[in-house]
Amino acid sequence: MIDQFLIPLLKIVIVLNATLVGVTYMVLLERKVIAWAQSRLGPMRVGPYGVLQPVADAIKLMIKEDITPVRADKWVFTAAPVIAMVPALIVYAVIPFGPVVRLFGRDVSLYITDVNVGLLYVVAVASVGVYGIILAGYASNSKYPLLASLRASAQLISYEVAVTLTLVSVILVSGTLSMVGIVNAQYNSHVWFAFIQPVAFVLVIIGGLAETNRAPFDMPEAEQELTGGFHTEYSGMRFALFFLAEYANMIVVSSVVTTLFFGGWLRPFPNVAALAFLDFIPSWTWFLIKSFVFLYIFIWIRATLPRYRYDQLMRLGWKVLIPLAIANLIVTGIVKVMLL
Amino acid sequence: MGQAIAFYTLAAFILGFAVLVVTAKDTVHSVLFLVLDFLFVAALYVLLSAPFLAVIQVLVYAGGIVVLYLFVVMLVNLKRPPEAHQDSHRRTKLGFALAAGVLIELVAIASYDYLGPAATVVPAAVSPVSGNTEQVGWMLYTSYLIPFEIASMLLLVAMIGAIVLAKREL
Repeated sequence: MIDQFLIPLLKIVIVLNATLVGVTYMVLLERKVIAWAQSRLGPMRVGPYGVLQPVADAIKLMIKEDITPVRADKWVFTAAPVIAMVPALIVYAVIPFGPVVRLFGRDVSLYITDVNVGLLYVVAVASVGVYGIILAGYASNSKYPLLASLRASAQLISYEVAVTLTLVSVILVSGTLSMVGIVNAQYNSHVWFAFIQPVAFVLVIIGGLAETNRAPFDMPEAEQELTGGFHTEYSGMRFALFFLAEYANMIVVSSVVTTLFFGGWLRPFPNVAALAFLDFIPSWTWFLIKSFVFLYIFIWIRATLPRYRYDQLMRLGWKVLIPLAIANLIVTGIVKVMLL
Repeated sequence: MGQAIAFYTLAAFILGFAVLVVTAKDTVHSVLFLVLDFLFVAALYVLLSAPFLAVIQVLVYAGGIVVLYLFVVMLVNLKRPPEAHQDSHRRTKLGFALAAGVLIELVAIASYDYLGPAATVVPAAVSPVSGNTEQVGWMLYTSYLIPFEIASMLLLVAMIGAIVLAKREL
């Protein structure tokens, strides 16, 4: 009873809450890091160094007036933010934060579930996430959101092809689709997959940036051209849901990259006994540290790189990333067959 | 018992959404109900302990193909009444003819199942691999190799055809 219902439920509650808190603080981190990159201070007023800014933001967004445009498609307009948010959250079901550990005299796995098709599940759920954006643009019944949502969906679909093709070569190396299995495969092969599959790593990072609509691929939110993007007509908490979904997706991308390429919860050099003293840091902390590095890099990229033009973005996706992904897959396959 | 309850609940949802797909006034709503329908079909696959198929269902149908449907529906103005086949009488007749055809087919299948000898379950070729994904791969590349290759040829032809149609001069 406890093992079947109570513990998974507790894990879900903890992961969802941690994610939402993490997301709100991601927003603060982003504002702070970009401010530092531009020699500003960022939010400083609410709490010491602005640490309570997310709370103030949340209260502000919740008490704002919630407007539905008169000509909007009401049902779809209401559903779109939810459709954007749900896939971003349910991906966490398969993200392994750590191995099976002993807690309070009980073997507890630090992941919600370990399905045999974990990686495919992540890809599938991410592919459903695009509906939130398309529908938001369509239901607003307004031209700029519609343009933004068309851009966004075209971008997502093209980069999804490249990322999925790239993931196939990672699966070839790991020999399993289970997220836990992929981390264990990295333990057994004595090296993180980032060093076996460097091309795949770069492709997934670029594709991940594009799929989360982050700079330099933040076409769908190009303020100068689209007055704000697919969520122009949204206000209050519904707008906040889109915002949260974007940051939740960023955390998903960095967790997936950590799991696939940087050994997930494993400490550096997990097979070197001389470094065993590093085990005093719990496995999930290693996972969080690695994910944090990628989140920081994402923000750093946003502060550094200018936005791509739309045609450049599509050209990069179709004419560079997809051929590279296919070449990488073929080379991986040949090497795997030759060596085994 | 629990399995049966889950199956009939899912089946009811699938049929309900299928009806909504056909009856929805707005084409975009109709496409959305189709997505929901596909998601419930995926849940049915999970119930049949075929997680690979379920995920592929979501990835390919719910997440891929229907997005293209949505594109077409959003970009093509469907508010305009269609010019051809305005004759509603003729459409009704065609509808009845198609429905009768499907009914006959269903009755034939049901009676064949009911009257015919209980089909001996052909044991699947003993596969040397375990795991759902591995077994699907094994089946595709052994027992069903030729249908698999033909299907991929068909997709290739469709792809080349689309390029030829879209680009008049190459």
